[in-house]
Amino acid sequence: MKKPAVVTALLASTVSTPASAAGDLFIYTWGEYTPPEMVEKFEKTYGVKVHIDTYDSMETMLAKLKSGAGGYDIIVPGHDTMTILIGEKLLEPINVAAMPNYQHVDEMWRDVFWDKGRLYSAPWAWGSTGLAVDRDIVKGDDTSLKILFEPDDAVKGKINMLRDVNDVINMALRYLGKPRCNDNPEDLKAVLDLLSTQKQFVKSYNSETKELLVSGEAAVSMSWNGYAMRARDERPSIEYIYPNEGYTGWMDNVAVPKGAPDIENAKLWINFVMDPENAAMITNYARYANGIKGSEAFVDKALAGAPELSPPESAPAPEFLTACTPAVTKLYDRVWTKLLR
Amino acid sequence: MSARPLALSSRIPQGFAHAGLLWPSLGVILVFMVAPIAIMLTYSFLVPGAYGGVEWTFSTAAYEQILFERDFLDDSLTFTPDYLIIVARSLIQATVATLLCLVISVPTAYYIATRSDRVKNIWLFLITIPYWVNLLIRTIALLFVLRDDGPINSALLDVGVIGQPLALSYNGFAISLGLIYSFLPFMVLPLYSAFERFDFRLLEAAYDLYASRRVAFFRIVLPVMRPGLIAGSLLVFIPSVGSYLAPDILGGGKTLMIGNLIGTQFQAARNWPFGAALSMILLTITLIVLLWLARRAAQQQRSN
Repeated sequence: MKKPAVVTALLASTVSTPASAAGDLFIYTWGEYTPPEMVEKFEKTYGVKVHIDTYDSMETMLAKLKSGAGGYDIIVPGHDTMTILIGEKLLEPINVAAMPNYQHVDEMWRDVFWDKGRLYSAPWAWGSTGLAVDRDIVKGDDTSLKILFEPDDAVKGKINMLRDVNDVINMALRYLGKPRCNDNPEDLKAVLDLLSTQKQFVKSYNSETKELLVSGEAAVSMSWNGYAMRARDERPSIEYIYPNEGYTGWMDNVAVPKGAPDIENAKLWINFVMDPENAAMITNYARYANGIKGSEAFVDKALAGAPELSPPESAPAPEFLTACTPAVTKLYDRVWTKLLR
Repeated sequence: MSARPLALSSRIPQGFAHAGLLWPSLGVILVFMVAPIAIMLTYSFLVPGAYGGVEWTFSTAAYEQILFERDFLDDSLTFTPDYLIIVARSLIQATVATLLCLVISVPTAYYIATRSDRVKNIWLFLITIPYWVNLLIRTIALLFVLRDDGPINSALLDVGVIGQPLALSYNGFAISLGLIYSFLPFMVLPLYSAFERFDFRLLEAAYDLYASRRVAFFRIVLPVMRPGLIAGSLLVFIPSVGSYLAPDILGGGKTLMIGNLIGTQFQAARNWPFGAALSMILLTITLIVLLWLARRAAQQQRSN
């Protein structure tokens, strides 16, 4: 999940409540992702003062951690970044599986490939990266990526792509039927051709997808499911599509960076997050599923049957990708530079 | 009271006192300018780490990458114009922004400088008002103005002048407008102070001596204005070349300028040495412009 820098910057200061603190907890996470009521409840329960800083991409977070800027107790990395963080020894092994509230974690999210046996992290939220379309403009019920890559005249000039190298190239690779994390030069040339041809119809490469969809500037946009749902709240003709060529699934995880100032408070937070009632707050606020059993009982009724949270039977399963190798990253960057040069 | 400064200067040896006064600024320059540039220069000659960061192996690959690339297919080293195009675009955008700022600022500054003191202050105050707001917020505000459903397009659509919204945002036009809007006061203010110092009696004298308007402008006005013109142009050009927000927000990320390219290298591309090398290139461009102007100023001085 990625969040636009702009909204993040504007809202960064909204969540910090002074309390008679028995210590502090410094959280570094996505913007608009941590429910204020959840923070308040945690502060009241443990007398710990919570401070939140936000990032707008995994790369920003990783760059900050790599440059040695620490001081955070909690980070919320995506599953693909988890692999890198564990490999680079940037996380504290806190044995989440031994925590009391771990019993609530759905079996599906226990022995995950990015954190075998949950030594480092707890689930925060998970979702998918698909398409959001304005059904007033894109008629019919087509769920193909053709809408995006070979657009109808009505859609030309009203397409928004996420500003994310991996997400954009992965989506193009799926449309071409080629494997992800691809280092085959022929395939990447085909991707560049596809994206270059599409570029003339693209309005922007922007992660403010909700804003663009609601204002009507984009009729088709790559989007995360939760963000598409929030767009639908404001513009009912928005529909989230699970492309039949496949789409990316992701899970954000709560983890503790190496050298965290207060590991005990960090553990309190992680255990707190796995409580069904608290996890439900995440879903109600950020509109993503949370991976905690029993949280359904506390989730708003209006969200329970939302198409953004439950894919139709016909949709393929989400694809949880691993981080690409440095060699692939380098090739992707060249495709991206050539596309935007 | 008036005797105090005199007493002070007579007690402390002149040379020593003056050198001592420099230390705070020298310290700031060393810590916040020389050190970061040294780090950047060092990083630009290293090898990128797998997931960000650097490995301590000497390499000039980052600089080679600006002009050459390994071919997708046969791995041969071939010339690539990709990065040069981005650098050239940055230079062109910045030059256009500087020239347009100049065109807008000269009459503005002249007008303000020739008002009465009270009116002058009101105008100067008005010029600084946008600067009470952060650049990021101003740039987003401009995007809202230019959007398809923004006030300009809405008004034109309502009146019926256009049938479809004009493409004002997410293109090169929006980037240029953003740069001009961001840096215009940096041009107005130096020009204003140059005009304000200008003694208009000189112009009258020139006309009395039968100078044509053209000659009067080039021989009298321009030499007096030159420092203001140079200062204003530099203050607009330099931040424009490295601009990040305007292409990012107003350009919709569709075309990169060198600032965005550098940003990408430290984040998605995880190639810090290349980002550092590009930063050094940007720094060099700035230095070349500065040196060129300094030389021209010196030549001018001699010929006068």
